[in-house]
Amino acid sequence: MPKDHGIGASSKRREDVRFLTGRGVYTDDIALHGQVHAVMVRSTVAHGRIKSVGTARAAGMPGVLAVFTGEDFVAVGGNPAGWLINSRDGTPMREPKRPVLAHGKVRHVGDSYAAVVAETYEQARDAAQAISDDSEIEDLPAVVNMAAAVANAGNRVHDEIPDNVCFDWGWIEDNRASVDAAIKAAPHVTVLELVNNRLVPNAMEPRASIGEYFPGTGDYKLTTTSQNPHLTRLLVAAFVMGIPENKLQVVAPDVGGGFGSKIYHYGEEALVLAAAKKLARPVRWTAERSESFLSDAHGRDHVTRIELACEKDGTFIAFRTETLANVGAYLSNFSTATPTFLHGTLMSGPYKVPNVYVNVKTVFTNTAPVDAYRGAGRPEATYSIERVVDMMCRELGLDPFEVRRKNLLTPDQFPYQSPVGLMYDTGNYQATLDKACAMADVAGFEKRAAASKVKGKLRGMGLSTWIEACGIAPSNLVGVLGSRVGLFDAATVRVNATGNISVMVGAHSHGQGHETVFAQIVADKLGIPESSVEIVHGDTAKIPFGMGSYGSRSLSVCGTAMDKALDKIVAKGKKIAAHMLEAAEGDITFADGKFSVAGTDKAKTFGEIAFSAYVPHNYPLETLEPGLEETAFYDPANFTYPAGAYICEVEVDPDTGRVEVCSFTCADDFGNVMNPMIVDGQVHGGVGQGIGQALLENAHYDETGQLLTGSFMDYAMPRADDVPFYNVDHSCNTPCTHNPLGVKGCGEAGAIGSPPAVVNAVIDALQRGGHTHVTHIDMPVSPSRVWAAING
Amino acid sequence: MHNFEFVKPASIADAVKALAADGAQALSGGQTLIATMKQRLADPSVLVSLTGIAEMQGVCTGDGGVHVGGATPHAVVAREAAKLYPALAKLAGGIGDPAVRNRGTIGGSLANNDPAACYPSAALASGATIVTNKRKIAADDYFQGMFSTALDEGEIITSVIFPVPEKAAYVKFDQPASRFALTGVFVAKYASGVRVAVTGASNNGVFRWFEAEAALSGNFSAAAIAGLTVDASDMISDLHGTPAYRANLVKVLTGRAVSAA
Amino acid sequence: MTKVTMTVNGKSMSAETEGRTLLSSYLRDGLGLTGTHIGCDTSQCGACVVHVDGVAVKSCSVFAQDVAGASVKTIEGMANADGSLGVIQQALQDHHGLQCGFCTPGMVMTSAALLAEIPKPTEAEVRHGLEGNICRCTGYHNIVKAVMAASGQDVNALAAE
Repeated sequence: MPKDHGIGASSKRREDVRFLTGRGVYTDDIALHGQVHAVMVRSTVAHGRIKSVGTARAAGMPGVLAVFTGEDFVAVGGNPAGWLINSRDGTPMREPKRPVLAHGKVRHVGDSYAAVVAETYEQARDAAQAISDDSEIEDLPAVVNMAAAVANAGNRVHDEIPDNVCFDWGWIEDNRASVDAAIKAAPHVTVLELVNNRLVPNAMEPRASIGEYFPGTGDYKLTTTSQNPHLTRLLVAAFVMGIPENKLQVVAPDVGGGFGSKIYHYGEEALVLAAAKKLARPVRWTAERSESFLSDAHGRDHVTRIELACEKDGTFIAFRTETLANVGAYLSNFSTATPTFLHGTLMSGPYKVPNVYVNVKTVFTNTAPVDAYRGAGRPEATYSIERVVDMMCRELGLDPFEVRRKNLLTPDQFPYQSPVGLMYDTGNYQATLDKACAMADVAGFEKRAAASKVKGKLRGMGLSTWIEACGIAPSNLVGVLGSRVGLFDAATVRVNATGNISVMVGAHSHGQGHETVFAQIVADKLGIPESSVEIVHGDTAKIPFGMGSYGSRSLSVCGTAMDKALDKIVAKGKKIAAHMLEAAEGDITFADGKFSVAGTDKAKTFGEIAFSAYVPHNYPLETLEPGLEETAFYDPANFTYPAGAYICEVEVDPDTGRVEVCSFTCADDFGNVMNPMIVDGQVHGGVGQGIGQALLENAHYDETGQLLTGSFMDYAMPRADDVPFYNVDHSCNTPCTHNPLGVKGCGEAGAIGSPPAVVNAVIDALQRGGHTHVTHIDMPVSPSRVWAAING
Repeated sequence: MHNFEFVKPASIADAVKALAADGAQALSGGQTLIATMKQRLADPSVLVSLTGIAEMQGVCTGDGGVHVGGATPHAVVAREAAKLYPALAKLAGGIGDPAVRNRGTIGGSLANNDPAACYPSAALASGATIVTNKRKIAADDYFQGMFSTALDEGEIITSVIFPVPEKAAYVKFDQPASRFALTGVFVAKYASGVRVAVTGASNNGVFRWFEAEAALSGNFSAAAIAGLTVDASDMISDLHGTPAYRANLVKVLTGRAVSAA
Repeated sequence: MTKVTMTVNGKSMSAETEGRTLLSSYLRDGLGLTGTHIGCDTSQCGACVVHVDGVAVKSCSVFAQDVAGASVKTIEGMANADGSLGVIQQALQDHHGLQCGFCTPGMVMTSAALLAEIPKPTEAEVRHGLEGNICRCTGYHNIVKAVMAASGQDVNALAAE
């Protein structure tokens, strides 16, 4: 029987009720007394020198209250990069300032160089148009193509960076020569050049921010669409605006999805705060979708050459990659970590491969900044590996299932020190592969392929076996590797006098269901109903600290902090109970919501203990503080390593090139599962985005730096009729060995494992259909690309 | 968007009067125009809604075939033409999405003449008559290239008359993002011959594929066009398809439409 | 400014409008009904879908003055009279058909219109019917399942979980 409450139950989500009835409160839903509206003036050219910003006419337009330009923010700080990467030669990366508003030059279409605040949105919009019309921006040649950016020293995104390279990173540089030698000596080498297509995260809620300033106290408040309000506070306050952290409250209310794009601090957040102070009125800004396309941090955008060296029987000897990674015009907060430590460290996959070397050159271009998007580096690594493995199998006439099975790490090899720096704690990759094969009915494929053929369609099957690393940690290690932030998290468990509980967590839920799942864990640990537990998140004034939600870290990092705080609550409760029950503390046990004296029927309920802590009439005040509230900070010892096997089946219409995903099977290992329903949902969503990347989505800039796919009219989002029902399982689990809940991250898995499975399936279909010259098609594998490949 | 004066006349006569004002523009379902206005690419000073004119609504049979009121939403055509002209109804039921079909109208679609819109192919393949407040225009004379029609300033499409074919079908290949036609082909077989109209493919907007018409008029089967080639030289080139790809789609979809008819 | 009155969720309501005031902004800014969301500016995403005189429309692509006097239903009017979740809403919760919740109001409104037209839709009909509503979180699996469940169909066998 599945559990009906607590850990492991598919508890229905409590947050759903407000969302289903239109009572969620997203940033743009908040209307404040006296509020005014900000509109950004965005560059329409990819690269230009700002000769003049024409503010005079706008300043006099109806309703206009203030106009800001880059000049107004020259004295304040820039939006910093959160991770310092050193090049292979030891030199630190190039870090150009990222100002609140562009000054001197605009560097991508959508780069803001001025802003208007007016009484109404439309008035601000009118004035912004006037500034755009009245400004003089000298058009400079755009740097768009990465290879050209590196080759052309004369054309610079940042005048001080001659070759547009941010850094040239080798991982692990000391292994370079031995990997080269291993490849040179190998009996077979497969080489594949591929593009990991640039994506726009497109959370359905566009970014929005409201700034407030309270002249009476000098306090600021920022309400914003953020995945991590504490980090935003740190960045806005300490780095950009120079506001003391204790004078700035950051609130991230209901947030409509993030997928990475709302991790980062953006200039609009500083702008609304500066404007609110200047005007002493609340200043709000909400992106239109077309602004989101131009100004949200994009994802992926790698061009990679991967080599796989192996024995003739498919036993892996070495992987070597060279990647150009686009960071866009400025360094977004984690843009330098994504193509390096979230990518290079995963480049041995779930396999035993002794030699791996990764080289990444990160390149500035006149495009929107690129940063972590669901999966962040790990999808790029997985795609490169899983595509080249399939290609090698084809070249050598080997079975892709058997080759993977042969090379997967086996359960007896854990803990496993990978050649690219990670220590995998546990896993059973054969189990998930076997499970996926059974679920997908791999044995019945030929029959289905024959049925497809009758319809004139080509059927193919694609596999990917993947691993990822989530809950990035520990802080002391990442510090050595260049991180400028800690990667712990925190939670406070506040037991109220009447026994109900508020838990303040540093993780932020913007769709993940923390309000439900975290409450399940608390209820389970304390033996109380879930309904007695409230999860509070998204407000720096209420929460001790937190690094927010990204990188599939919420449960394994913040959940563990909460678990540890709960341990402290129980420990204190035992002390109180010992006093009340007149027993030794060591004799008190806690189970099912009761503190009992072992071996007796003497007991106090959790509620009685809580009441006693706040009405301490019968209480050991000499030795114990009243109250029942505990905080824990937790810094993990290691990443968690979810892994799995994905199998995709497609039908290709050879006449039109259209690919239909017929089935998609996921067998995942997420360790212990707290709420199976929510975990399923996370996988569904990730796979949906992965199918989107594989078949549909493409952020395409033309050679002048214009984003040709700048709206949902041209950027193909997956729709309900683009995807099938997914076949999802997470029964083959190996609990994480270093966190008490035994959990691993599940939020990004679907987006990491699925793109190569889809593309492998398409190539398989074409090969089986006799189009043997088609060995690779870059994503998105659109109908026109498939057709061109067939007929090429 | 810029502000404007909104008027909603109840008769064609009043609409024509309102459209005579400086900077006036007609608004039908608004499913294209409003997005255009948000981008500030259209800037009317008076917007004349045609949605309140009862005489421009609905589908019925009349002289010359099926009459569709100019302000009839796609969803209504999909429903009310289902028996009268099934291929037309099916086309209407595949435009955009359900909410768009409840607002977008046939007159709006034909007046805008988006090169990737569905309705122009039905009108052209059916040899429809575009009826305006001033005159009747044969479909063959009406479409004058991408976003360009025979309509004069202020002229309103009040209805469209579709001669009903013996057999017809529309097959659309979706542009994956917008769901407009990357290419769409409407095939209609009349006693007088077969007409084939193609949308989404050409730089000149909707067009008739005369070679296919000739071949199909002799032998109404997909095999009849097997030997034909489609000239790709004036086809649209964009991220979603090269001219060669669109030319291929024209032929593939024509064959499928013939089989489906 | 022109005062526009509509019957919204059964009550007569009014707000001042300009010509350019969209129905979405009339509802959100004029009437404070912020359950209707704005997710795009090209009439594609469907987060803003409401019912006007019984049919689903994208409220970001309709001018308020064009539907003056109409009967409008929004997400705020979809719960049962006693405040409990309506059938579609309940099915979405039961089947985890929402995550961040932003697209959810539009999904509910579109699904309600779909089921009014097709009481027992097939999977393909549901997927086709939801074509104009973009969700970035769920991969649609549980939304499609919930809509089919709301129509009274047994969805347990649809796909293994």
